Amino acid sequence: MPKVTVDGVELEVPAGATVLQACEMAGKEIPRFCYHERLSIAGNCRMCLVEVKPGPPKPQASCALPAAEGQEIRTDSPMVKKAREGVMEFLLINHPLDCPICDQGGECDLQDQSVAYGRGASRYDENKRAVTEKYMGPLIKTVMTRCIHCTRCVRFSEEIAGVDEIGALYRGEQMQITTYLEQAAKHELSANVIDLCPVGALTSRPYAFEARPWELKKTLSIDVSDAVGSNIRLDSRGREVLRILPRINDDVNEEWLSDKARYQVDGLTRRRLDRPWIRGADGKLAAATWEEAFAAVAKVNPGKSVAVVAGDMVDCETMFAAKALAGALGSKLLEGRQTGLDYDCSNLAAVNFNSTIAGIEEADAVLIVGSHVRWEAPLVNTRIRKAVKRGAKVFVVGAEWDATYPVTNLGTDLAVLDKLPKDVADVLKKAARPALILGGAGLGKGALGACLALADKYKLVRDGWNGFNVLHMAAARMGGLMLGYAQKGGIADLVKAKPKLLLSLGADEVDYTKFADSIVVYIGHHGDKGAHAADIILPAAAFSEKPGTYVNTEGRVQFAEKAVFAPGDAREDWTILRALADALSVTVGFDSFDELRAAMIKAAPALGSEGLADYGALPKAEKAKASGTIEAYPIKDFYLTNAIARASETMQRCSAELLHGESFAEAAE
Amino acid sequence: MADRHLEPDTPELRARWSGFAWTKENAAKAAEYVARYPEGRQRSAVMPLLDLAQRQVGAETSTQGWLPLPVMEYVAKYLDMPVIRVVEVATFYFMYNLVPVGKFHVQVCGTTPCMLRGSDAIMAACKKRGMAKGHTTEDGLWTLTEVECMGNCASAPMVQINDDNYEDLTPERLDAVLDALAAGKAPKTGTQEPGRHTVEPVGGPTTLKEMVEANHDYRKEW
Repeated sequence: MPKVTVDGVELEVPAGATVLQACEMAGKEIPRFCYHERLSIAGNCRMCLVEVKPGPPKPQASCALPAAEGQEIRTDSPMVKKAREGVMEFLLINHPLDCPICDQGGECDLQDQSVAYGRGASRYDENKRAVTEKYMGPLIKTVMTRCIHCTRCVRFSEEIAGVDEIGALYRGEQMQITTYLEQAAKHELSANVIDLCPVGALTSRPYAFEARPWELKKTLSIDVSDAVGSNIRLDSRGREVLRILPRINDDVNEEWLSDKARYQVDGLTRRRLDRPWIRGADGKLAAATWEEAFAAVAKVNPGKSVAVVAGDMVDCETMFAAKALAGALGSKLLEGRQTGLDYDCSNLAAVNFNSTIAGIEEADAVLIVGSHVRWEAPLVNTRIRKAVKRGAKVFVVGAEWDATYPVTNLGTDLAVLDKLPKDVADVLKKAARPALILGGAGLGKGALGACLALADKYKLVRDGWNGFNVLHMAAARMGGLMLGYAQKGGIADLVKAKPKLLLSLGADEVDYTKFADSIVVYIGHHGDKGAHAADIILPAAAFSEKPGTYVNTEGRVQFAEKAVFAPGDAREDWTILRALADALSVTVGFDSFDELRAAMIKAAPALGSEGLADYGALPKAEKAKASGTIEAYPIKDFYLTNAIARASETMQRCSAELLHGESFAEAAE
Repeated sequence: MADRHLEPDTPELRARWSGFAWTKENAAKAAEYVARYPEGRQRSAVMPLLDLAQRQVGAETSTQGWLPLPVMEYVAKYLDMPVIRVVEVATFYFMYNLVPVGKFHVQVCGTTPCMLRGSDAIMAACKKRGMAKGHTTEDGLWTLTEVECMGNCASAPMVQINDDNYEDLTPERLDAVLDALAAGKAPKTGTQEPGRHTVEPVGGPTTLKEMVEANHDYRKEW
């Protein structure tokens, strides 16, 4: 633990810290462009110069200099001030003065730091360099003349995303950042380079010229596009959410966000259900008022014959309100696993991501069973990649997919779980922290029992380590399971019960043909598959339009806030369910959102506190054999997995261009 | 510094070069280059391999050679590394030609010592023969490039033509060299100053004079 002095204040820094980190610990702000906590150190922007003694009598790049015992660091000397002014002047030589038309304006590192550390004026009166535009796909807009060559984007795609596609061509003043042959960046995290770019060289294409950062209301929320529960910030203006940005949460998403979570935002304003609809005798949906819609539901007079199926994006409060309504009517037919999964949910620890998303980084052997992790949870994939970089071995049972790290494929036959090949078994046995990740495809083939048996055999659960993980894909899944949205036989039990009334909470993946005899009441926000099959549509709020509690795949309870109001006549889901209770003449025991939440927390106390829910120990393993083959994964198209994304033009274009190879001619600018 | 750019990726380029593969001798050489680096570090061989590829392209087109994109892709695949990393290397170093060049790539040094010793005249002599900076002459013989210091300041001005340096030039001496090259002869490389061997002082040594004839022990004079 070296002791250093920063601006006359002595402090102790951890071994291996850099001078820049030491200065930050001392509370000093060090300007920087190329340095980023989560990327490797490049040291090429030179903005972080400080004076260090002992050492050469010149300013030193603090980001790349290890802090050593007895160093005297100055961040406030004339030498440092002059060095920063000099570097800033050099950086600005070739940087255009186009801040008024630049989307980064107002949240630009270069802008802020030139105000704080630069000279008042430039002495440069030659021509500035210009760089030809580069195409980087439908999400990233480039103005490469603004690039200051920090190479954060290059390092991100190589180190975090694991897809070497951005590079720095040529040298010196001619250096240009580009993808190979200007192909679109083709991975699920590509848009994070927009956040990383300290200037306006890489900006968001769908959000181009939409708003200035100071006009936006910022709301803290949780992403619902997958079960990771990424922490996000909704930037809204008026009634519209204009963009979604990641928030830093080292336990969940670090500071990254998948492209789908970020860019499905335009889907929030398209194909919205903004008024009730009732299917008439002619089989066509006709617009209606709320009174007519409630009257239509009341006319069904279902009695006990009610079932509720929850969609993938609903919050716990909505599910609890629906549960309360069904309970008041006398029904316990609740299900959230829309596609027919029927794994055993008697012990939630067996269907939880027990290692935790941050914890999987520590694993030294990972067996992935039937999960296309890169598409099902891109941010879990980056964690596994980190584990691999630390030396972990990864084995995959299931069809091959491009993992961005080396894996050993054990074939598609699940029978391999009963008797792992000797070399794999050896690796798992020798590993200090072996982990297993069971995904949707594996659950679908009934591999849960076999995986639990395997966990027992290889002692995946040991002191201080739980290596048994189930990776879900729906943001509502763990919350739903905690609230009892699981029948023994899955959704088949609901079909068998032939309910007179089927409440669909934004469930778009259900095969409604099996509910042909039921009156389907769809409470959701998008005119997607569920609405097409519905008899009565009650327009509700999307995740951005209601407060809510979400539980991610590792059992982490997180709260989201409401950013904007739902469009048109749409209402928050719980108010609809509360009104339905009146229409059906039952009482559900809550009249306000707070009462609802209190009732929910009473029923499921874990939902009341943010953080990991405790599900206890894994169930005792029983003898189980796995059979079947995993030829395909549930996600067929990464960009179109939910109703919001399907409504989003950006996601449709990503799907067409990046997955199906359609080319979009660039409009001449 | 000359502006560099990659040859555009056209169907013609693909048709011409997508079938690129090492010749038998080059395959052996490539394997040897890769073997020079530790296991798992075979990417380190990218520079010699690009040079080898450039020479093979040169042999196939009887020019000095260049690196078409499909050839870079071939090298990337050979070393199992992302193409963009190969292109980064190829675009960084000036000795990799990114566009087709002529049979003789005349690289005139224009950095300060050469300029003071008359590189402008050398450049003018080249231009007089029909060469233009960054272009190849119509007969496919000459490509002219102005480059930065090649480290021959003691015998400036100089040009590098393909793998050889020609130093102590005057326009006349350059003409003689170029004529000889055009005629298929191999002119003397290195300094063109009569009586000079390498970069020793013109007109005889100015220091260590006793060392010219035999070994001399200077220590007692210190």
